[in-house]
Amino acid sequence: MGRGTAGGIEGLPIILVFLCLLGLFMYTAPSVFLSPFIYTTFLSTLPPLVLLAVGLTYVIGAGEIDLSFPAIIAFSGFVFAVLFKEYQLGWIAVIAALAAGLLVGFVNGLLIAKVGLPSFIATLGTQFFWAGMATVLSGGKSYALRGAEDSSVWQVLVGRLDFGAGAPLWLNQISLQAVWTALIAAFLWLVLNRHRFGEHVLFIGDSNAVSRVVGIDVDREKIKLFTLMGGLAGLAAIFLTLENKNFFGNQGQGYLLTAIASVLIGGTSIFGGRATVIGTVFGCFIIGMLEAGLVASGLTGAWVRTVQGLIFLIAIIFYLTVEEPHRRAALMARFGFRRGFGRAKPAE
Amino acid sequence: MTETPDAAVAPAAGFRDIVRLEGVQKYFGSIHALRDIDLSIGRNEIVGLIGDNGAGKSTLIKVMTGVLAPTSGRIFIRDRAVDLGDYSVRMAHDLAIETVYQDKSLAEKQPLWRNFFVGRQITNRFGFIDIKRQKKIAEDILLNSIGFRGVGITVDSTVAQLSGGERQGIAIGRAMHYNSDLIVLDEPTVALAVKEVRKVLDFVRRIKESGRACVYIEHNLAHVHEVADRLVVLDRGRVVAEIAPRDMSVSALTEFLIDLQKAH
Repeated sequence: MGRGTAGGIEGLPIILVFLCLLGLFMYTAPSVFLSPFIYTTFLSTLPPLVLLAVGLTYVIGAGEIDLSFPAIIAFSGFVFAVLFKEYQLGWIAVIAALAAGLLVGFVNGLLIAKVGLPSFIATLGTQFFWAGMATVLSGGKSYALRGAEDSSVWQVLVGRLDFGAGAPLWLNQISLQAVWTALIAAFLWLVLNRHRFGEHVLFIGDSNAVSRVVGIDVDREKIKLFTLMGGLAGLAAIFLTLENKNFFGNQGQGYLLTAIASVLIGGTSIFGGRATVIGTVFGCFIIGMLEAGLVASGLTGAWVRTVQGLIFLIAIIFYLTVEEPHRRAALMARFGFRRGFGRAKPAE
Repeated sequence: MTETPDAAVAPAAGFRDIVRLEGVQKYFGSIHALRDIDLSIGRNEIVGLIGDNGAGKSTLIKVMTGVLAPTSGRIFIRDRAVDLGDYSVRMAHDLAIETVYQDKSLAEKQPLWRNFFVGRQITNRFGFIDIKRQKKIAEDILLNSIGFRGVGITVDSTVAQLSGGERQGIAIGRAMHYNSDLIVLDEPTVALAVKEVRKVLDFVRRIKESGRACVYIEHNLAHVHEVADRLVVLDRGRVVAEIAPRDMSVSALTEFLIDLQKAH
């Protein structure tokens, strides 16, 4: 009886997969993947995905799911865009958009912890409600934030680092949202692994019943969990809207599959109880890199979703096989397969 | 009480009953799970709680240990009434009451060191866990109190890697570590091998020797008859009998429970 998988380097399998894919794309599309600019582009486009996926790492680690974050991106993005553009409120728009995200998350938490709805159902409902709300309030309009780059909000949140004119061009193209996102991800890694709250999240994911008898306030922690997710989605909405200098109603829709896939590819258990922020971040890198990599390698964009879905399934089967053999056996049995399939049943 | 070394850390003087329930009722919707329960647990007494499935044993200990709030009634701890609005698992822990549940005491995928401290982590003032210290103490409990030496279990092992007996050992060792005055055991010998059952019963005796109290839920009448000072029989949410084991043999006790069932 050994230490099991808990003792290894966190996220190692997914880091290796990432490096293999990177090597593959460097081989198939050297002109793109051997130049620094593809990476600085990633640094400006990936942060919203990373923020969402790191939040979902907590949610899925706690054995729950949140489907409402695309709607939070729409709703918080709308709150931000309208206050920023129509009312020139600057930082107040940022705070309002964050508050909107926190509020939506808090309501999710109440529905799940206090009303007792399964999170899948509760957030499916709030997803439609808040997305609908954003459409109604915006009247289906998009908001172009022309000239936003002159504001302090833009410069602080999504500006570019400045190493002076003498520095290489790519160094001056590193976006600030990547820096903020890295800091937040590092902090949330620390909280998940070292803080009381992170431990409670994992115990809740492991078993609600055990968590209650060891004295964890399960309801309160779940409310905190969904509020955190809402806040992160609100911040993602701000980054996205500022980076694109544009708000449109369904700007969050593309993130539903990609964020959940990043988390599960990264090695967080679909059954809860085990979660890895490092794995998730590399999961995001893989999901983000696939699109550019496949297109640059000569496939059409239509292939991207197909390949993402395939990698998603392969990763989940891999983790089931390696880390949860008993769950795999149960799953196989459900579909009529038994261990030792194809062999004669050994005598009892 | 004999002066064992453990008695030094055991209960402070000045109370008669570690827990006393008065007129406790518990409803789940329209189901009347506990009916007017009056029950006291002496400060150095082993009380066996027996009764059929659904008699209310688990509900009773959940009420006693702060997991469930009673619908009405009063709970006294060390002869003092507790405010039922505040009573919780955490408060029970603070009042030195520990519970070992059959299969709900440990989280499967988490390492042992986290399982030892969850709910009362050693943290700095921002809530960050002192992992080094927790691991060190956990290691000490593992090696010295529980005696897991050379069996390949470390504080980093996950609970999923342990056998049923080892799990009970860990959960009981944790309860011991917190110097509790009352340890509640919910069917600790279910699904254990004979040798492991002996270990659990020895542990129950050690609770008594160290001057503490124990509430022991058990289906196996022989086990509970062997260690309990007093047996409390529950039937459909009511306390129907209190029996001293020396007054009734195991077989007479079995007959008594069967008759009780027939009366349903």
